[in-house]
Amino acid sequence: MLLYLFYILSAITVGCALLTIFSKNPVYSVLFVIATFFSIAGHFILLNAQFLAIVQVIVYAGAIMVLFLTVLMYLNLNKSVESSKPLLIKIAAMVSGGLLFLVLIASFKSGLSIAPTSVRGDAGLIKNLGNTLFTEYLFPFEATAVLFLSTMAGAITLTRKK
Amino acid sequence: MEFALLFKILIVVGVFVLTLLVALYSTWAERKVSAIMQDRIGPNRAGPFGLLQPLADGVKMFMKEEIIPGQANRALFILGPCLAMLTAGMTSAIIPWGDVITINPESVPFSEYFTFGESKTYIVQAADINIGILYAFGVVSVGVYGIMIGGWASNNKYSLLGAIRASSQMISYELAMGLSMIAVIMMTGSLSVREIVEQQDGFNWNIWYQPLGFIIFLICAFAETNRAPFDLPECETELIGGYHTEYSSMKLGFFLFAEYFNMFISCAIIAAVYFGGYNFPFMHDLGLSDNAIAIIGIFVFLGKVIFGILFFMWIRWTLPRFRYDQLMKLGWQILIPLAIVNLLFTGLGIIVFK
Repeated sequence: MLLYLFYILSAITVGCALLTIFSKNPVYSVLFVIATFFSIAGHFILLNAQFLAIVQVIVYAGAIMVLFLTVLMYLNLNKSVESSKPLLIKIAAMVSGGLLFLVLIASFKSGLSIAPTSVRGDAGLIKNLGNTLFTEYLFPFEATAVLFLSTMAGAITLTRKK
Repeated sequence: MEFALLFKILIVVGVFVLTLLVALYSTWAERKVSAIMQDRIGPNRAGPFGLLQPLADGVKMFMKEEIIPGQANRALFILGPCLAMLTAGMTSAIIPWGDVITINPESVPFSEYFTFGESKTYIVQAADINIGILYAFGVVSVGVYGIMIGGWASNNKYSLLGAIRASSQMISYELAMGLSMIAVIMMTGSLSVREIVEQQDGFNWNIWYQPLGFIIFLICAFAETNRAPFDLPECETELIGGYHTEYSSMKLGFFLFAEYFNMFISCAIIAAVYFGGYNFPFMHDLGLSDNAIAIIGIFVFLGKVIFGILFFMWIRWTLPRFRYDQLMKLGWQILIPLAIVNLLFTGLGIIVFK
């Protein structure tokens, strides 16, 4: 039962992710990204990590993608804005994309060696997650918070009128 | 058939029918309240006191011609009202309508047809999930898509402006809403709505500890449901009909109906989180059995929700609409700092008094 759910969810995730790339209309792309986020939230629920699932929905599907969609709505989508890019940019994009692919493959190869049984089943529940975050990973957690704060301050400084 | 499953199905269907009914009669109540406040009579033709008016409205909506604008994006145009309705109906799952009810197998009619599991107590709630309140926030934050997609797909400048207003308004007010809710979660130590309600036993309601948080949450609830004085996405003096300018027939009906749905749900969340849910004063001094108290509690809860809805209507017909820059200023420069101050004082209070 769970295995079938996993296969169905995975098919939806991969399908929506592919449709995101192949859609001509950017609004459709955004909608498919939202669908992808929802199916990833489903994967979190299958892993018994309800908190992560709901945060995935609130933060990514509910906040970030709303902003994306808002920005897209300001653009005039009827005009074709796809201009031909110079050859140098194409090559640079190819090289960086290939490098990213390499990193992803490397991370997946090392990630696959973790046996599924070594992960605790209730690690994603909010109590355990909070305990882990605020004891074991306190420094990275706070460092990330400071990073976000500096990003926010940077964005405000950049957009502020003199 | 397992009895627990049957009970669950009954609760789910009951909650859905109740939500529909309350939302339906909210439209009638809105007209009556506005009529009373403006010294008019209001609907009084269909049935006694105009009670069949919602039915007449529904039939009218279904009978009207459906128009999809030629330049509109057809699929997304239809998806918009569907999403608005879907997200509006999803939140009612986590609302605790009543306390636990204990049922003996002997007292159930046709009990020989059911199998009874281990537990004989049943909760009057569709789903008691341990992240209930976050689930509500998740659904609310997704709720804006219906308006945005519908407004964009209409291919109309006014609809687009309405959709953009709706999205930025909802994102802005979600922050203050979440911050004011975190103060309650800090006090309760739980994200489950049922546990939040259980800790407000009797008259020990959260509003006595969180008056500022309650006011912030209430204002944000007005903004999130797009009700006046924050109904800028559909502001008819500037945007004709806002995001639903191009909609007709039942698609328009769904958009309008989703607003009443949302209003009911936000009143239910306010009642559960700040006004003790199904708890009422002196509930343990009446000398009644637990089941009787639980059943009275359901009606008490509904009473609180209906009072909340009437309050929403009272505000709508009293206050004028905000200007858009005033709305943003209120959200970002007043409500969010206030919510953070409230959060700090709550943390201080918890350290000092516990």
